[in-house]
Amino acid sequence: MTANRSGTPPALEEAKAVTAGADSQRRGAAAAAPLPARPDARIAPSGEGRDGIRPSGDTQTTAPRRRPRRPGLARTLGVGVVTLWLSVIVLLPLAALTVASFEEGLAGFWDAVTAPAALASLWVTVLVSAVVAVVNAVLGTLVAWVLVRDEFPGKRAVNALIDLPFALPTIVASIVLLSLYGPNSPIGVELNATRSGLVVALLFVTLPFVVRSVQPVLIEVDREVEEAAASLGATNWTTFRRVVLPTLAPAILGGAGLAFARAIGEYGSVVLIGGNIPRETQVASQYIQQQIEIDRPLNAAAVSVALLAIAFVTLLVLRVLSSRAQRREERDA
Amino acid sequence: MDQPGSTAAGAATSTVNLFAYAVPKVGFDVVIPAFQKTPAGNGVQFQQSYGASGDQSRKVAAGAEADFVNFSVEPDITRLVDAGLVDKGWNANEHKGIPFGSVVTIVVRKGNPKGIKDWDDLLKPGVEVVTPNPFSSGSAKWNLLAPFAAKSNGGADKAAGLAYVTALVKDHVKIQPKSGREATEAFLQGSGDVLLSYENEALFVEKNGDPVEHVTPPTTFKIENPAAVLKGSKNVAKATAFNEYLYTPEAQKLLAEAGFRPVDETVAKEFAAKFPLPTKLWTIADLGGWKSIDSTLFKKDVGDIAKIYDLATQ
Repeated sequence: MTANRSGTPPALEEAKAVTAGADSQRRGAAAAAPLPARPDARIAPSGEGRDGIRPSGDTQTTAPRRRPRRPGLARTLGVGVVTLWLSVIVLLPLAALTVASFEEGLAGFWDAVTAPAALASLWVTVLVSAVVAVVNAVLGTLVAWVLVRDEFPGKRAVNALIDLPFALPTIVASIVLLSLYGPNSPIGVELNATRSGLVVALLFVTLPFVVRSVQPVLIEVDREVEEAAASLGATNWTTFRRVVLPTLAPAILGGAGLAFARAIGEYGSVVLIGGNIPRETQVASQYIQQQIEIDRPLNAAAVSVALLAIAFVTLLVLRVLSSRAQRREERDA
Repeated sequence: MDQPGSTAAGAATSTVNLFAYAVPKVGFDVVIPAFQKTPAGNGVQFQQSYGASGDQSRKVAAGAEADFVNFSVEPDITRLVDAGLVDKGWNANEHKGIPFGSVVTIVVRKGNPKGIKDWDDLLKPGVEVVTPNPFSSGSAKWNLLAPFAAKSNGGADKAAGLAYVTALVKDHVKIQPKSGREATEAFLQGSGDVLLSYENEALFVEKNGDPVEHVTPPTTFKIENPAAVLKGSKNVAKATAFNEYLYTPEAQKLLAEAGFRPVDETVAKEFAAKFPLPTKLWTIADLGGWKSIDSTLFKKDVGDIAKIYDLATQ
């Protein structure tokens, strides 16, 4: 165990860097926030160590406050720039979209969102994404576990492979999957134009989320607690359920939530394998695209707003859950 | 092969921006190189864009830089005339601005397992029909006009025509590809039992060796695909030269070889064996012309077929 521990720090740094980098690249600033806080009550209040590298000593607690205060002007300027930047990049486009979706008033918006085909596409999207999130939560944790706790030849290669779905353009993923699961499938499994096809495509693109959020937490888990549990007579399963899982839960939840949020908006990976069959495999993003093509921008904007609302609620729930978990950790500590 | 069309726009001063509907790419792929060998076409580069006819037309109307357009249906050019982008006299030549055409045909799987021969066979229980969405695709409009004209006896019994279209769209059309090309792709990937399409598209996929065959029903519809030059174009001379070249016997022959029905009579005679005449071929003129057809059948929210589609797809 000690040998393993001393071997992990480089991997830890790497995993962290990859998680943070990939997240902020993919989902923007908003996504980085709901990443579950590490079980690290001491530095959490400062908000500094959460996504960066963890400070090692206890004396860090007050360090951020001791920093020389910035002059008032610079601070005002800083806040101003941030507000302006977020407004231009995020808030304005979203506001414009919302306004467009209400062009024919509330009734028009409601009609557009509740049109059976629109509702069906939203339902398919949420259903498939939920399945993807759950599968990811289980198998992503397993993958992370194996990568952290087990030694096997080619481990580094596997570790690197996890990020491939992030790096690969999603349309390439779609072609890859189509050639494997499409008509005349070389392995005899034809999934194109089925919901299973959608699930497989989305599992492919969202693979890294849970793995990369659980991995660093698992690396830092204090294994002496597990040994203590074992020495007190707990079975492996009890130890996992009562000791390890509670620590990992925020990370699993955060990763699964991000996977869900990513899946509801996914377009490229499902466009070829999904089949785009209304009411069966047409996801919301495809419905939006179709409405634009047939010159119904209002419908497209309205469903976009609905999708936005779902994503927002997902992130909000994650945020609440992770801060609750964090408070519990603090209390337990 | 040399890719004459792929040169970046603006690199040469004589780059013609071509916006066309989804399926004539195979025709332009042979006509453009031939045009570039003529004195008028020497050094002219082409920047080509293909997509759903209605979608392409809306893009050009919204400001996409185009010099030459070729759409599936006339209303998509009329939109540009109304927007002041195409001259009112665009269809003044002897072929009314239509350089080539086709007929609506029924594409089935190899061996025709469902025994599809005529329009009525499409309404048999369990037959799934692939045809694009008429709000974006020109092909879709032709595909629906063909049985409409056949069942309504050229529009005389409109109710019978619409009843057929309703039954077809409501119970047999499941997916909504945006263009004729996309519909073909979906069909080749396994969706549906029947694909409604241009004859030229059917000939093209058969030539590619895909396991399909086509059955042209005895009564079908003449497809006329218009082309026009944009009057504000920077390359008006080159684009016009290209447009005129399309009507030359040389280009007509190349188009015919690529599966499009030529409009030049001599060339048409030469290819008569390749393009058999159906028993009855309705034309858009028989139904009263695009202007009335588009507003009574396809206009968003008010056209009869538009309403059928809205009901079926909402």
